Amino acid sequence: MKNMRRYSNDISIVFGGAAGQGIQTIASALVSVLKRTGCHVFACTEFMSRVRGGSNSTQVRITGRKRHAYVHRIDFLFALNADALEHLKTRIAPTTIVFADKSQVPSTDEGLLVDAPITSFARQAGNPIYSNTAAVAVALGLLGIPQEGLDNYLREIFAGKGDAVVADNIEAARLGYAFGRQTALREEIEVEIAVEPEKNRPKELLLDGTAAVGIGAVAAGCTFISSYPMSPGTGVLTFLAQRSHEFNIVVDQAEDEISAVNTALGASYAGARAIVTTSGGGFALMEEGISLAGMTEVPLVVHLGQRPGPATGMPTRTEQADLNLVLHAGHGEFPRVILAPGTFAEAILLTQRAFQLADRYQLTAFVLTDQFFLDSTGSMAAAVVKREPIERHIVETDEEYMRYRFTPDGLSPRGVPGYGKGIVKCDSHEHDETGHLTENFETRRRMVEKRLRRIKALAAESLMPELVGGSADAPNIVVAWGSNRGVLEESLDTLQRADLAGLHFSQLYPFNPSVATLLKGKIVTVLENNASGQFADLLHRELAVSTANRILKWTGEPFSVEEVVEALREI
Amino acid sequence: MKTPSPEKPNPFDMPHKEMGWCPGCGNYKLLDSLKGALFELGIDRRNLVVVSGIGQGAKTPQYLNANMFNGLHGRSLPAALGIKLSNRNLTVIAESGDGCMYGEGGNHFLHAIRRNCDMTLIVHDNMVYGLTKGQASPTSLPGMKTPVQIDGVMLEPFNPLAVSLALNAPFIARASAGDEEETKEIIKQAISFRGFAVVDVFQPCVVFNRLNTYQWFRENTYYLPGDYDPADRMQAFAKAVETEKLPLGVIFREETRPVYEDLLGIGNTPLRSQEFREKAFEKMIAEYC
Ligand SMILES: Cc1ncc(C[n+]2csc(CCOP(=O)(O)OP(=O)(O)O)c2C)c(N)n1
Ligand code: SF4
Ligand SMILES: [Mg+2]
Repeated sequence: MKNMRRYSNDISIVFGGAAGQGIQTIASALVSVLKRTGCHVFACTEFMSRVRGGSNSTQVRITGRKRHAYVHRIDFLFALNADALEHLKTRIAPTTIVFADKSQVPSTDEGLLVDAPITSFARQAGNPIYSNTAAVAVALGLLGIPQEGLDNYLREIFAGKGDAVVADNIEAARLGYAFGRQTALREEIEVEIAVEPEKNRPKELLLDGTAAVGIGAVAAGCTFISSYPMSPGTGVLTFLAQRSHEFNIVVDQAEDEISAVNTALGASYAGARAIVTTSGGGFALMEEGISLAGMTEVPLVVHLGQRPGPATGMPTRTEQADLNLVLHAGHGEFPRVILAPGTFAEAILLTQRAFQLADRYQLTAFVLTDQFFLDSTGSMAAAVVKREPIERHIVETDEEYMRYRFTPDGLSPRGVPGYGKGIVKCDSHEHDETGHLTENFETRRRMVEKRLRRIKALAAESLMPELVGGSADAPNIVVAWGSNRGVLEESLDTLQRADLAGLHFSQLYPFNPSVATLLKGKIVTVLENNASGQFADLLHRELAVSTANRILKWTGEPFSVEEVVEALREI
Repeated sequence: MKTPSPEKPNPFDMPHKEMGWCPGCGNYKLLDSLKGALFELGIDRRNLVVVSGIGQGAKTPQYLNANMFNGLHGRSLPAALGIKLSNRNLTVIAESGDGCMYGEGGNHFLHAIRRNCDMTLIVHDNMVYGLTKGQASPTSLPGMKTPVQIDGVMLEPFNPLAVSLALNAPFIARASAGDEEETKEIIKQAISFRGFAVVDVFQPCVVFNRLNTYQWFRENTYYLPGDYDPADRMQAFAKAVETEKLPLGVIFREETRPVYEDLLGIGNTPLRSQEFREKAFEKMIAEYC
């Protein structure tokens, strides 16, 4: 007598295979259909730095409420080749059900192996290239999600390929779906998924982190991007290039990152809202440019998608180890802003905010993300997509205009060339109010002071960290920043301990002066994806907050909910 | 009225500015040629941006009454590119030394030619690093001794004209700063040219380059004859690689290469004045729903 297998409102499906086998296509089709059906879905992906072959996987989670985190556990594994089993070995448990073509994957050490002849369904429907469709259908059949959603999806995406292709895909789906249902019945797999009825559903977007940053840039009226490709930052360049005609965005693929940042600064000097996107290595090349922005007070937004370093590191993996890099980038002393979104909604809003702050305070604003965040997919309410007003703070110049005029708040009205009667002199040397180079010590003293003075106003409007679980009077505060918001939230939810609360920082620098009171007298634990605890050190430096525990991970993978739960149990 | 006068001074003059150049430096003459060219072309100084890097030559916009972006060593061309793409109505001139342009910024030089924006590049080629006190530059002649190259320069000199030609730059000229009038005329042609105009200017450094002096340049250069046809690319190559005597003038000129601004479809509205496209934004969000 077989045991009934029950899965309720937290299901982890993983597709594993080689690059080029289509696991991304399968996962994104599945996620689209599930989202339209009214499920809460989240997907994240891990892949090797190669174009074909290797061993990659994508996780699709279906949960009772919105989640934004990776889980180690696999309930259903679709193994597209034998390597996938080896690659995911540590995550296959006795409860895992592995779906694979037995001719490719003869056995599994752990879990139940179900022979799923997906390619033969595709062949029966007319062509082995329909395998992806059949695989999605098997998963839907297994979950008991009506096939109709998939059929509609197939009609849409294959609309341009003619009726025959649509019909064949739907046939492949029918075969796969029937197999999935039969398997569920045979193996007594019972899946319970909360599906929100259509009329109750708020309008939602389905997107990944890259698109969220891209949408934020478009919403901010970004008109210029110059960048050099580097994973995982490239996606934002691609996003804006794809949208460049619709929004009149000038896109220049630079010859190197040094060019990218200097080109963006030129564009910004002349009045464009400019962004560069890169990763740690490329950003390291931009550093002198960041210093130039500091000296010239030219606004700039930098998106940095982190990956493990040093040097080339692990190009397609994740880490949060470039905080110190952006914090200290550029020689000399000048202010900056660092934002690190933890949700897609935050990415849309904070990217806009980065442009706003860059323009208002005439400095560089960083949007710091990472591979895990950028390559994750999930849904968010459309109502959250707000457009902030676009305020440029550009003045029409008069004959007497001086770019670096001394003012009480340190901010000189920003003129641009060709707008007004004045001339705009912008200088990387220390300069006087007119922008001409100077070696006058008193002017130097005042100019440094002028550039640094804005930090105060900037900090006063810095975003406060958000409570992401527990109550503010809990004695233990667990701090996370950037992409670790979701995993912290879910872990605290799992633990339900009154003595634990989570605090998520989406602005890393400068700190709002009120932050100190939130952490005063607390036992502070900091959770971050790096080896040394860079944010914990920053809290200490800026707020004299000592961290009692550091939960760190630097393998190149994101934290899983399970390991964070485990680590928090120790507290 | 072509020449400035006490009644009508050159609007690009910056009379009260203390100059950082050595007495007798070729940069003074080059600055005068440039100001003369700008004056005679009737350029509106409020619509002119002179972009430079770091070095002695790169100080030029500090002494010019016009918009200036004096950026980083080697990086004038990327900044100039951004400025031009941001507002194509601006007249953009990039100006720097041979080290700045062909050494530190060499990669940008190559790719700026490939892009072909409508702008002018003026290189103050003194065949030495002036500001850092006399080390070899990419154009230093073999054998020249410096405090660093104690056994003399060993490297093959960078040939900006031949490299520009190889990359199909549409306007390539060489001038000699000692000849103010001729240099002014060449710069006028370069600024008026629609496309990326490269002007390499021999500029005597009277302190650190004792080899390539005013006299040396006079003796080792000649002007291309009146019947020289700058449209002939192969002939231009032959001129570009001459070493016996170095040709001056416009060695290559081709009017038909499309400019990058046009290829990108950039209109006359500066990017800062573009309207936000609300409708397109709503449509994009709907695509994600
Ligand atoms: C990144 C960087 N490296 C080095 C320098 C130092 N530096 C300033 S100018 C210069 C070379 C100047 O030579 P060139 O460009 O030929 O100009 P010149 O002074 O001869 O006109 C150097 C090496 C610098 N300012 N920045
Ligand atoms: S060092 Fe040479 S290039 Fe520089 S100002 Fe003096 S003479 Fe001119
Ligand atoms: Mg030089």
